[in-house]
Amino acid sequence: MADEVILLDYWPSMFGMRTRVALEEKNIKFDYREQDLFNKSPILLEMNPVHKKIPVLIHNGKPVCESLIQVEYIDETWPGGNPFLPSDPYQRAQAKFWGDFIDKKVYGPTRLIWGAKGEEQEAGTKEFIEMLKMLESELGDKTYFGGETFGYVDIAMIGFYCWFDVLEKCGNFSIEAECPKLIAWAKRCMKRESVAKSLPDSDKITKFVPELKKKIGIE
Amino acid sequence: MVTGDVKLIGSWASVFVMRARIALNLKSISYEFLQETYGTKSELLLKSNPVHKKMPVLIHADKPVCESNIIVQYIDEAWSSYGPSILPSQPYDNAIARFWAAYVDDKWFIALRSILTARGEEEKKAAIAEVEERTDHLEKAFMECSNGKPFFNGDHIGYLDIALGSFLGWWKVVELDANHILLDETKTPSLFQWAERFCNDPDVKPLMPETTKLAEFARKLFPKPQA
Repeated sequence: MADEVILLDYWPSMFGMRTRVALEEKNIKFDYREQDLFNKSPILLEMNPVHKKIPVLIHNGKPVCESLIQVEYIDETWPGGNPFLPSDPYQRAQAKFWGDFIDKKVYGPTRLIWGAKGEEQEAGTKEFIEMLKMLESELGDKTYFGGETFGYVDIAMIGFYCWFDVLEKCGNFSIEAECPKLIAWAKRCMKRESVAKSLPDSDKITKFVPELKKKIGIE
Repeated sequence: MVTGDVKLIGSWASVFVMRARIALNLKSISYEFLQETYGTKSELLLKSNPVHKKMPVLIHADKPVCESNIIVQYIDEAWSSYGPSILPSQPYDNAIARFWAAYVDDKWFIALRSILTARGEEEKKAAIAEVEERTDHLEKAFMECSNGKPFFNGDHIGYLDIALGSFLGWWKVVELDANHILLDETKTPSLFQWAERFCNDPDVKPLMPETTKLAEFARKLFPKPQA
């Protein structure tokens, strides 16, 4: 039976990028449907009535919401190829810990960097660098976060890479200067077809942010 | 049964710690419970969870696992042949259970806590309304997940039962504080009955803190502003 896989997404979303990368890694054919978050579609509201957010993965008519939950779901449902999560329970717990860390600690500061000014923006920048350094320390000298194979934490983090240029411009700092190993890791990931296909160009994001600010009413 | 190499850093009053303890009970795992003193953080806690510096931390054969929901998943996987399964086996059911557990933490709990931190009647009323709306979502979630069975997980308590049920002690305390029923038998009947079943489960009952004791602790943690 052919699977029907639909992804409701928004092109600049680093969360949507996780699901795109995961699907591409598993070579799953999917119907990508761009959403207008300022005019939410009936299907988005029907499939994610609780949060009304993207990404939403719809597999044979059944919705799965929340990007990291989708990544795990994809890994379990299509077990072929390299698993995203290791089989050892302790290693799995570590991977989930860092995925959770990225959600709780890395995303928040990015909004202050591009969305705020003055002291708030500076505080966001400082915190962001601190969180990136923790991640870089976890990465160490490994090829990927999980070791030799591209997996869950790499997928959780890589979408932020295309936002780095605009964050650096807004916050007036250099991520490469602060976290060279993380940049090297990101460039390695970008060589993967799944990632190159799923991430927009950095300059598209850089052009997009001022438009976004206008749309949500902040200068 | 495993003894000797399992430790849990926590506190009797913490919802998140209770999750780990319920999971350990379900798997019949013996462990050393290392109680943190209120107001201080032990060296072991800071060393085992340098990133968040928070409890619970499960230390299994000297290796720390942090974040309550991750700990519960770890316990299910590390001792998969002991006791019942905590997470559903089917990927879709698993995804739904995780979705609602995340909702409990990210949306429902935040609303519950804001009742305790509300300043003035208006803020309190708004917080109560938000909790009621979100509890309503959880009633629907229960219908969706339980499929006519006694628990979110079916016949036995599981991941989502643990994620939400661990709040039941605090749920009562907040009800008393707000002087308002927050788990209403008429508005959310399935959840109300589930709550009674959950609290009476033998793996849960010995861990649920006594309401008066918890209310006293809550007054320390959330002191009322001076009038």
